[in-house]
Amino acid sequence: MKTTQELQTIATQVRRDILRMTTAAKSGHPGGSLGTADWMTAMQFNILDHDPDHFTMDGNGQDMLFVSQGHITPVIYSTMARRGFFPISELKTFRQFGTRLQGHPSTEHGLPGIRMASGSLGQGMSVGIGAALGKKMTGDNHLVYTLHGDGELQEGQIWEAVMFAGAKHVDNLIATIDYNHQQIDGTTMQVMDLGDLRAKFESFMWTVVVIDNGNDMQQVLDGMARAKSLTGQGKPVVVILTTEMGYGVDFMQGINKYHGSVLSADDLPKALAQLEETLGDF
Amino acid sequence: MTHYEIKSQKELRSGMGEGLIETGRRNPDVVALSADVKGSVKMDGFAKEFPDRFIQCGIAEANMVGIAAGLSLCGKVPFVGGFAEFVTGRVYDQIRQVLCYSNKNVKICGSHAGISLGEDGATHQTMEDIALMRALPNMTVLVPADFNQAKAATLAAAEHVGPVYLRLGRSKMPCFLPDNEPFTIGKAQLLNEGSDITLFACGHLVWEALQAAEMLEKEGISAEVINIHTIKPLDVDAIVASARKTRAVVTCEEHLFNGGLGDSVAQALALHCPTPMEYVAVDDRFGESGTPDEMLTNYHLRAADIVEKAHKVIKRKA
Repeated sequence: MKTTQELQTIATQVRRDILRMTTAAKSGHPGGSLGTADWMTAMQFNILDHDPDHFTMDGNGQDMLFVSQGHITPVIYSTMARRGFFPISELKTFRQFGTRLQGHPSTEHGLPGIRMASGSLGQGMSVGIGAALGKKMTGDNHLVYTLHGDGELQEGQIWEAVMFAGAKHVDNLIATIDYNHQQIDGTTMQVMDLGDLRAKFESFMWTVVVIDNGNDMQQVLDGMARAKSLTGQGKPVVVILTTEMGYGVDFMQGINKYHGSVLSADDLPKALAQLEETLGDF
Repeated sequence: MTHYEIKSQKELRSGMGEGLIETGRRNPDVVALSADVKGSVKMDGFAKEFPDRFIQCGIAEANMVGIAAGLSLCGKVPFVGGFAEFVTGRVYDQIRQVLCYSNKNVKICGSHAGISLGEDGATHQTMEDIALMRALPNMTVLVPADFNQAKAATLAAAEHVGPVYLRLGRSKMPCFLPDNEPFTIGKAQLLNEGSDITLFACGHLVWEALQAAEMLEKEGISAEVINIHTIKPLDVDAIVASARKTRAVVTCEEHLFNGGLGDSVAQALALHCPTPMEYVAVDDRFGESGTPDEMLTNYHLRAADIVEKAHKVIKRKA
């Protein structure tokens, strides 16, 4: 377990990794990766009960995480590498031909820590439900976590899964919504108003936890601990995690263009100047 | 020629249902999921015997496929049951991403496949499912020919590690194969040896091909009949060996021309042994309402249609 301070230090390095990976690859999704860097760091190091040295596909005796919004591979890979799932130096192969670090997560290339391909949006909650049911059937009392973009909630399959998990009391599942109000074509309000998420989930028989600032490490830790404490009570738990796309770099914050656009080689140093190299670059 | 008797008229989906119960007894990790059609797809027997291993998913096929993928991670062997159209075409991307690309051990049981579904009409009569499923890397595609083979194929699917599509019809069809014959995935089944032409058939049309062979025999034409119950992986060696011998081929399937058994065989022959060939299949159109018999007859999927194509291709022999 890391202290809040230590996690913040890691998250800052993760943000550097995200920017350096995407600029080197000349492609990728830095915006949502920066926004979720604090949550992903907290999950990998403190929240998830898992063992990077003994990764197994079945995840028996460990917590499982499925990142449904697979496009945020920069933050997924950086936090996994920093946690010890694979060598940090491998981050430099991101999106390159022959890499295990595919543009979107894949199992085909054998990267430890990935159990399911994702990126075709809307599918990760269903997978998480299946894994949660599997854990119940096999008597494993560990938890299943999923992460979804807020724009992803526009996918119909999400609501099939939300309805199922509530109706069938999948209470070993914690789904987190990255609530940054941004998607490719604009704000969620402009593209498709998500409405009252709390009311939506509650009406589907879920327990709702809200984290007001998902870029505040202490709030993330407290909120996820609270979510965990609410499992096993007959209802799935959803965490509405308010984040800011591009968080950590002032000229990227809240700008939806950085969903899928990377910094130029010229702009990268300006961004990195705002993020201290805390643990050594890859 | 080898003569086959109709022992009974049974539904292939029921063969799957019996096979599922049997594999459920053998392997406690086998689980079943259905989307509000457990009776229609004959999973009710399994659900009754193993209530804790049956997951009712409601009318939500996409979610069901994802749940199955998640269950497979935990060592379960999920069988997903639904109407063939709604567990293939409707959820093609889900199958692609979380079953095939992620290579998960999930079995898709598509009941009510093909035009012999009958009265429900074209919305439910998928004739593209073989094309869709065989296009996917890692997928195995099984099209058994009768009730007994559907049961055996279900047992084989459970033993095979990886995603499998099992295509099953709704209607009662002739049951003519032995009831205890093991099913070998990827191994074509020689039903009748012949020398003048080869009839490659799958699913309900295997029986029609056997009838066609008897009709051809009366004309002095010796037809080899091979049941291609596994569309993928295709038994290319068996197909090429037979075509090399007979030099004329007719493929017979309850599917569209595009992408089904015929195209599979054509691809194998084009690459290894170019041979005159004709298709008995449905040509780029949707079905309609009618009885199963009316559908097979009016869409030209009968023994007589196979005979006609056989005459045509024999004329093309060099």
